[in-house]
Parts: sequence; structure tokens; C-alpha cells
Amino acid sequence: MSYTDTTINQSHISQLPRLNRRQITVLVMAIAAALLLGVVIGGFLLSNEKLMTNFEERSLSPSIEHPFGTDWLGRDMFARSLKGLTVSLGVGMLASTVSVFFALTLGLAAATMGRTVDGAVTWLVDIFLGLPHIVVLILIAFAMGGGTRGVIIAVAITHWPSLARVIRAEVLQLRTSEYVQLSRRLGRSRWWIATRHLLPHLVPQLLVGLVLLFPHAILHEAAITFLGFGLSPHQPAVGVILSESMRHLSTGQWWLALFPGLSLLVMVRAFDALGDNLRLLIDPHTAQE
Amino acid sequence: MPLEARGIGFRYESGQWVLRGVDIKLEPGEIVGLTGPSGLGKTTLARILAGYERPLEGNVELDGNPLPATGYNPVQLVFQHPEKAVNPRWRMCDILTEGWEPNDDLLTSLSIEKGWFSRWPNELSGGELQRFCLARALGPQTRYLIADEITAMLDAITQAQIWHVVLDLVHKRNLGVLVISHDGPLLKRLCNRVTELKSEMG
Amino acid sequence: MSNQTAVSQNTSTTIPEASTGGTMMPLLDVRDLSVSFVQYTGGLQMRFLTVITSLSLTVRPGEILAVVGSSGSGKSLLAHAILGILPNNARISGTMLYVNEDLTPERQMSLRGREIALVPQSVNFLDPLMRVGFQVRSAAHGSEAAKAQRRVFDRYHLADQVKGLFPFQLSGGMARRVLVATATISDARLVIADEPTPGLHPAVVKETLNHLRELADEDRAVMLITHDIEAALTIADRIAVFYAGTTVEIALVADFTDNGEALRHPYSKALWRALAKNEFVATPGAQPSPDALPPGCLFQPNCKIATPECASVRPKERELRGGMVRCIHAA
Repeated sequence: MSYTDTTINQSHISQLPRLNRRQITVLVMAIAAALLLGVVIGGFLLSNEKLMTNFEERSLSPSIEHPFGTDWLGRDMFARSLKGLTVSLGVGMLASTVSVFFALTLGLAAATMGRTVDGAVTWLVDIFLGLPHIVVLILIAFAMGGGTRGVIIAVAITHWPSLARVIRAEVLQLRTSEYVQLSRRLGRSRWWIATRHLLPHLVPQLLVGLVLLFPHAILHEAAITFLGFGLSPHQPAVGVILSESMRHLSTGQWWLALFPGLSLLVMVRAFDALGDNLRLLIDPHTAQE
Repeated sequence: MPLEARGIGFRYESGQWVLRGVDIKLEPGEIVGLTGPSGLGKTTLARILAGYERPLEGNVELDGNPLPATGYNPVQLVFQHPEKAVNPRWRMCDILTEGWEPNDDLLTSLSIEKGWFSRWPNELSGGELQRFCLARALGPQTRYLIADEITAMLDAITQAQIWHVVLDLVHKRNLGVLVISHDGPLLKRLCNRVTELKSEMG
Repeated sequence: MSNQTAVSQNTSTTIPEASTGGTMMPLLDVRDLSVSFVQYTGGLQMRFLTVITSLSLTVRPGEILAVVGSSGSGKSLLAHAILGILPNNARISGTMLYVNEDLTPERQMSLRGREIALVPQSVNFLDPLMRVGFQVRSAAHGSEAAKAQRRVFDRYHLADQVKGLFPFQLSGGMARRVLVATATISDARLVIADEPTPGLHPAVVKETLNHLRELADEDRAVMLITHDIEAALTIADRIAVFYAGTTVEIALVADFTDNGEALRHPYSKALWRALAKNEFVATPGAQPSPDALPPGCLFQPNCKIATPECASVRPKERELRGGMVRCIHAA
């Protein structure tokens, strides 16, 4: 039995360069911030010249001068993608903020204003979650007459339900928690409890909700624009670019759709990952992983 | 000056009666034990006595008046699981001073260390948290303490520390205490009398 | 690799057979186990928590070893370390031997739920959406799982209808029996019960403890982790007194008598004297925080007989009167 006295050492597992949840989140946050800054600053610095048509440089494949190539009117696709992304970002940001506002109002109302309101909100949530997203989006955008305003309202109206549900559940749970009930017995007012006990729990949920809604809003904006119910064709939104390039794909100009599509995908993926990691961090069960 | 509950009946929604026709009376300076099998509504009775729940039948009176609906409640309840009774996003010093500012004497007698003040609840053990919960409930306006299995999950030394503080306040302030517990020797050691909650429902 | 394990298993299985009746070899032998965590306190600030500090204990077949300590003091982490289910941010060092063989993470995984079983604190450890019978059966790992499930249900007086219930439908006593049944269906040789009687009615506590005693009497090794020293004393053979993440003393049950003079460590004595049925003495002070353990003896800041030496050197464990103690003053 000479081999029995070996020591258990699990540290070889941790010696691998495996990042923990916080480090991953910081990394993802840095990537998302860099992308965001890059697009905003790039879009701002962009000269209109690049967006102009230039018939001497029509339909060029990607090169150093035109990394994303040029289209059938000789417009630089990199510049167009950048501009498109800034439009998408703006629309996405507005839509997700409005959406979070809806979610907060309806979630709070459901949790605090009695059974009838709760029933009504829950019913609405179920309806919206049950209907296919894109159909509702198109209907609302169409009803609002298309354009930027229509897209923002349509995206905002369709994206609040899951967050509203989270907020409703959180507030209901907090309201019946021992420490909130006890706070009343210690003589604290309802307002004091709302700001001191409830708010610190809701703010992280709202922030994560915002970050998670953002990529969805961008994606759905692009989708309905692509289908022709969204932003006007005169705006260089990513959805417009993709929709236009469809007509030229058969001529072998693959770069027209690939690069704008990819840049949209990278952006969406980065914010999605950021939101997911933040969500796991505010959950005590997974915070220390 | 007593805390008195008469003919208490309670049930959730339209389910079975959890309590029916329960009478209980606490005098100042008196320590009363409450025992009985699990699931017979001891915790519900504790919540009713401390004004957390309104009974469907009967009433709770303090000095002949109903319990105040707002303001500091002279009847304070301490729960079995301290980790659920503190806001996990608050530091310990904020939790401690939510109702009043406990003085150093009380903190010393409960062995609460100043170093714990800046900590979050998940960084302290159950016994340490329960000391904070007790201190929080023992404000100068507290006249009755309802202790619902408050030391059931603690080691013997922490139990003894906590109960000695309570006993001391019973003498000094004429505090009335209801001790809910399964622990026979503990009830025998602490209480003037012990009531058993029996299942006389329906 | 497979050859080697086959050989070592052969040697290890012959020994207990040969030694039954004589002095029993420990089934589980934990030496100098330490567990620490790296934890974030806010932002990217980290702190280092030592929750178990050079802990040693053994559990032999046929006996109940009770590990007694206050709640939230890291006792459960001892169980998790043995089962190999500590969270990712845990660091572990020391030796754990099961049947005289190193308990590696791979071995823990294959033994867990088969040879080493856990009786958890509450039904929250069961799948809330799965019927009880199915869960008990799935712990059996065999072709005759249904039969085995009926057998353990019979043994623990669980009616046949119980298998169709969901965990939330179980009453307190029934839930305990289901948890014990789940742990024993696989014929585990080591049963770890982690706080199996949290705040239960004395009758249910007694029943659950009796079930553990029966398991030990069938020559299984039982490790009972609890805060309730009185409950432990009714069924255990030996008591490991757990303080600030280590075992300060391992005593025989018979040592807990009179005013505790037979006990070895000042903390065990204080614990015994603090019981309501004894002197109800409240020793002042609290356990040290896991991120700021004292360099010397862990009990020294609260100890009445401490000397300067206690504050500087951590006492080694030593044998004393058929038990173990970590105190330089113990005699």
C-alpha cells in the first residue's frame, strides 16, 4: 500500500487559462464597448463622399481601398455598412429603452395593483409571447405607416413581455419576502421600502434587460426593413442594404450581402453575450463561477 | 398591559383552516413557550401576533387596542431563518439600523463585532446573522418579542448567548416573550409556562 | 491504467473481509483537508476564504461519526468535498482515502450515488417536477430498479401511492423517509447525512436518526453532519467537534457526561456546558471569520486558558484518551 498516500489536488484544473464569469464579462464588455465606439465614431467621421455614387468604381470586389467592396453604383460598402450600423444602433437603442419602460410600468402594475390588473397584464404577456414575433412586428410597423417611428414603436411593443414578466415575479417575491414585511413593522413607509428595498433589486434586472433587448431590437429592425415594412429605402440601414444586395447576388457579387450581414451579426452577438453574462452575474447561483 | 389574542381563526384563500379558536395571552416580563407538532400553524400564529397577517376570525389586542397598522410595531417577530430576513443587497450596518440604532452594550452582549458591519449577509454565518436580526428587533419601543424557532439551527454556544441577552432584557425592560420551539430542555430552562398548540380544527 | 485499478481493487476488497471482527480499517480517511474559495466582493475585488483548515477524520464501517458544528460554518462543504461536488472556485488540498485508495475526482464521480450516498437537508434537492418513485428508482442503477424501489419503500413504511407523488406533496416525515430511501437503495457503503433533521419535530428527528443507526448496524459507515449535538449523542459512536473549519476534537459519545470534564478541548467543553439541559453557560465571542483566521489556534481568541504560545502556533492534532484533540493544553 505504498501508493496510498498521494494527495488530492484539483488545482491542475484551475491552472488552465480558464476565465471565470467576471473576467469573461469584463472581456465581453470591452469588446462590445469597442465595437460600439468604433461604429459611432466611424459613422460620425465618415465623409459623405464615400457614400456617393462613383461610376468609375462600380461593382469592385473587396480590396485594401474598399475592404467590403463597392456596389453597382460604385458606393463603398464599408462606409455604407458603418452608416447602416449607426442607424441600426440608434433605432435599436431607442426601441429597447422604450421597451424596458413598458416592461417596468406593466410589471410593476401587475405586481402591485391587484388581481384584475395582474390578470390583464399576464394575459397580454401570454398573447404577445404566443404570437409569432415577426408577424406582429410587420402588422404594427405597417399600421404605424412604416418609417423610423413605426419601427421603433413596433419593436418596443413586441419586446417588453419577457422582461415585464421577470419584473412582476421579482416584485411579487420581494413584496412577500420576510425583510420587506419586517421593514413595515419597523415603521418604514411604503415609499421608503420601494426606494430602499425594491429598487436595488430592480435596477440590475432593468440594466440586464436593456442589454439583452438591444441586440434583439437591432435584429428585428433589420428583419422588417429587409422585408420592406421598416425604414425607408433612402436610409442606409443594414436591412435596406441586405434587401438591395439580394437583387445582385445572382451576378456573383457575394460581398454585397456578406460583409454588412456579418458586421450586423458580430454586433448582435457581442451584446447578446454581454447581456447573458451580466444576467448570470446578478444571479447569486451563478455569480461566483 | 397584556398582548392578547382571542378566538383566532386563519386560513389561506379558501383552503383548510390553519388555526381555529386559538387563545393566547402574554403579560409583560413573562416568557411563554409555545410547542406542538409541525404544520399546526405555530408560525402562522406568530405572524398574526406580530401583525404580519390579519386573522379571519378573532382579534389581537395590545393593552386593549388593536395593533398599530403603521409605525414601529411594539410586537416584534424574529424568524427561524435569518438569511431570509435580511435584504441580500444591504450591508450589515444598514440592516442593523433599519429600525433603531442599537447601542454598544447590546452589540457586545450579543458578541456582534464591528468588523461585520461592512459585510454583506452572504459573508456571515447563520448564527452571526441571527444576532443582527435579534438586535434589530430589540428597539426601545419593543415590548413583546415573538421568537419563532430563532435558535433551532444554531450551535449550543450561540443559542445560549442569544437567550441570555433576551433573558436580561426581560428583567431590565419587562419585555414579554413568546418562545416557539421543539426543544424541551430549552423551553424548560427559559419559560414561566409552556402552552401546547393542539389540533382542534374545524 | 485499467490493469492497475483492477489490481488495487482486488487488494482493497480482500482486506475488509480479512479484518471483519478485528480492529476495523476506516472506510473513509480524511487527512489534513483544506478547502478555500476565491470570491468576488464587488467589482473585481477578490478575497480569499479558508472554510476548512487541515481537517482530519476517519469513518469506519458499522459506526456513525457525527460532525457537530454551528450552521453556516462550512460543515456542508466537507460533505461536498468528499462527494467531489464543490463549486468551481474552490481550491482543495490534503488527502482523502476511500477504502485505502486515493479519492480522485474521477473516482468520486464513479462512486457518488453508488458507493457513497448523500442524505440531503431537504426535498429541495429532489427534482421538483419528477415523481418521487421515479427519482428513487433512478438512484438504483440496476436492471431491477423497480423491485429495489418497492423494497426500500416497504422498509421505510412508504405507501405504494407515494411513488406517484411530487416532492412538494410530501409531508415532513415522509420527505425524510424518501430522502433516506434514495440514499440507501444503491447499497451505499458510506452514507453522508448533511443536516438531515433541520428544525423538525422531535418525533420525526428521532425516526430519521433511527434510520441512520440501522444503516450503521448493517455495517455501513455513516457520517452525520449536524448542528444538533443532543441529537447526535443519541445515535452516534464518535463525535467530531467542528470549529471554524477544523475538527478540534474527536471524542467518544461517553465523554459527553457530567460537566464535560472527560472532554479534551476547551471549545467542546464550552459547547457541552452551553446546552440548555446542562449549565446553559454562554461563552462570549464568535467564531473567526474565514477571511481572517488567526495564525495560531483557531479557538485562541475566545479561549479562557490560552497562553501566548496558542496565539502563534497552530496546534497539531494528537491522540488523547482514545480520541483526538488539537490543543496544547489538553491532558
